[in-house]
Amino acid sequence: MLVVSLAPAADVAKYAADLGAETLVPPVLVFARLTIQEASRRRLLLALLVLTLLVVGFSAWGFHKITTVTRSDGTLLPPTQVTLITSQLLIVVTFMYSGVLALSAAVVAGPLISSEVESGLLLSMLARPVRRSEVVIGKWLGLAVLVFVYAAGSAFLELAAVNWATGYLPPHPIELVLYVAAEGLSLLSLGLVLSTRLSGITGGVIALVAWLMAWIAGVVGDIGAGLQNSALQNVGTISHLLLPTDGLWRGAVYAMEPDVILAALRAAGTAGRANPFSAVDPPPNAFLAWVVVWFALMLTLAIWSFRTREI
Amino acid sequence: MAASSPAIHTVDLSKRFGSTVALTGLSMTVPRGEIFGFLGPNGAGKTTSVKLLLGLLKPTSGEAWLLGETIGDLKTRNRIGYLPELFRYQGWLDAREVLALHCELAPLERSTWKEEITKALATVGLTDRADDRVSTFSKGMQQRLGLAAALLGRPELVFLDEPTSALDPVGRHDVREIIRGLSARGTAVFLNSHLLSEVEQVCDRVAVVDHGRVIASGTMDELLSGTAVRVRVGGLDGAARTKLAGFGPLDDEGEHLTFTKLDVERVPELVSTIVALGGRIYEVAPRHQTLEDRFLQLLHEEEKS
Repeated sequence: MLVVSLAPAADVAKYAADLGAETLVPPVLVFARLTIQEASRRRLLLALLVLTLLVVGFSAWGFHKITTVTRSDGTLLPPTQVTLITSQLLIVVTFMYSGVLALSAAVVAGPLISSEVESGLLLSMLARPVRRSEVVIGKWLGLAVLVFVYAAGSAFLELAAVNWATGYLPPHPIELVLYVAAEGLSLLSLGLVLSTRLSGITGGVIALVAWLMAWIAGVVGDIGAGLQNSALQNVGTISHLLLPTDGLWRGAVYAMEPDVILAALRAAGTAGRANPFSAVDPPPNAFLAWVVVWFALMLTLAIWSFRTREI
Repeated sequence: MAASSPAIHTVDLSKRFGSTVALTGLSMTVPRGEIFGFLGPNGAGKTTSVKLLLGLLKPTSGEAWLLGETIGDLKTRNRIGYLPELFRYQGWLDAREVLALHCELAPLERSTWKEEITKALATVGLTDRADDRVSTFSKGMQQRLGLAAALLGRPELVFLDEPTSALDPVGRHDVREIIRGLSARGTAVFLNSHLLSEVEQVCDRVAVVDHGRVIASGTMDELLSGTAVRVRVGGLDGAARTKLAGFGPLDDEGEHLTFTKLDVERVPELVSTIVALGGRIYEVAPRHQTLEDRFLQLLHEEEKS
C-alpha cells in the first residue's frame, strides 16, 4: 500500500537525475500547480476571498456589539461574560467556515478526475511519461494546499477581527486551523476517490451527504454518551472511523473552548457531552493516528481505482 | 533496443469490453518514418487500437511494441506524440501555456521550450493566437493546438486520431502537409481516419479495419491494383439491379452505379446485360480503383462472409 503511494515521491529524485536537467519539475508538482492555477484562473480563489472578507467584516461588527450591549441596569456586560458569549459565538461562526471549506472541497474534488476523463482533457497528458498515481497525488496535493491556505487565512482574519472587537482569542488557534483544514482534506480525499469512477456531480453529492451523515452520527453518538447507551455511542465511534470529519470538528471545537467553558461542561457530566458544538476532551491520539492512516488509505484507493480504470 | 526496431509492432492484439469485442487479432508492423493509414467505419476499433498502443487501455490478449519497447513503457512515451480523437485542452490556459505544459510533461529540456513552442505554433498556423486563452478557440483551432502539442520535441512516432475532424478544407490540406513533413524527417505517423481521400493522399500503407478485425492491409499500390467501373444508367428497377450481382460488389447511388472491382475486359458484357435488363446507358467510365472503391468492396465482402 505504502509502496504505491510513495513510488512517485521516490521517483522525483531519479527523474531529475535521469534527465540530467535539474530545472525540470516532477509531474506530481506539475499537476499540483495546474490544479492551483485552475482554481485561481477560474476565479474560485477570488470568490472565496471576497466572501470571506464579507463574513469577517460582518462578524467583526457582530462581535463588537457584544461588548457594547447594556443590561437592564444600564451597565455593560462584565468581561467574563463577554468572553463566554464570544467563545460560543466563535464556535458557531467557525462551523460555518468549516462547512464552506468542506462543501467547497467536496464540490471541487468531485469532478477533479472524472470530468477530465469525460472531456478528454487527460488523454493527451496521460500519453506523456506520466503515471496515473502522479496525476492523483498531484491533484490532491494542489487542492490540499488550497484547503490549508484557506483554513489558515480565514482563521487568521476571523481571529484578528474577533480579537480586535472583543479582546478574546481562543486558547489553541494553531490546532484550530489544523483541525479545520484536516476536515476539509477529509472531504477532498473522499471526493477524489469517488471522482476516479463516478461523474463529478454524483461524487460531489455523495461526499456532501457523507459529511452531513457523519455529523449527524456524531450527534447520535453524543446522545448515546449522554444516555450511556453503548449502541448509540458506537454509531458515533464508527462514523468517526469511516469519515473522520466530525471527529476533527470536535477537535476544532475543543481548541476554541476557554477553561471556564470546559469546567462547566465537565461539571455537567455526561449531559455536557450531548452537543455537536461542544467537546469535553481533545480527540484521542489513537483517533489522530487513524486519521493519518485514513488519508493514506484514501489516496491509495484513489490511485488504485484510477490506475485500473480504462479511459 | 536498436533504433532499427519498427515504429509499431503488434502480435494478435485484442480487446474486449465485457462481451463486446472491440478489437481482435491485430497483427501489424509499421516501419520507421512511414505514414500508416488505419481505416475503418465508425466503431470499427480504430480509436481502441490507438489507446491500446498508447497504454491508455490494457489489451485483453496479445502483445505490442512501440519503438522497440513494450507498450505502456513510460520512458518510450517521450518519443511519441498523440492527438486524441476527443481533443480538449485547458480553456483557462493560453495556447503557449498549454504547449509549455506538454513540454514539461514530455519532458523536454527547459532551454528548448521556447523554440519548440514557436515552431509548433507556426507549423499549425496558430502563431497569431499564441497568447489567447484556449476557451476562446474554435473547435478547429483547438484541433490545431492538439496537433501542435503532438509535434513537440521531434517525436519518432506520432498518433493522429481523426486529425482533421474539425478542420475546413484549408486546414485539411495543412494537416496533409504537416504529415508529409513529419515523414520526411523520419517520424512514423499512425493516421486513424475514416476520410478515405485524406488517407489516400498521404499514406504509404493502409490497414482496413472493420468490426475489430483487419480485413485488408498493404501498400496503396497493392491495395488499389484493380479497376472500378462507373456507369450512369436509367430505367433499372431494384430487381434488375440485383441481377447485376455477378459483376462484383456494387455501390448503388441511384443514377450512378459503381462496380468497385471489375476487370475492364468484362465491360462489354456488363453493358449488354444492362441493356438486356431494359436499362439505358448514358456513360461508362472504367478507372483505377480509388481507396473508396476498395474500401466499399472490402466492407461488402466482409458483410457477405
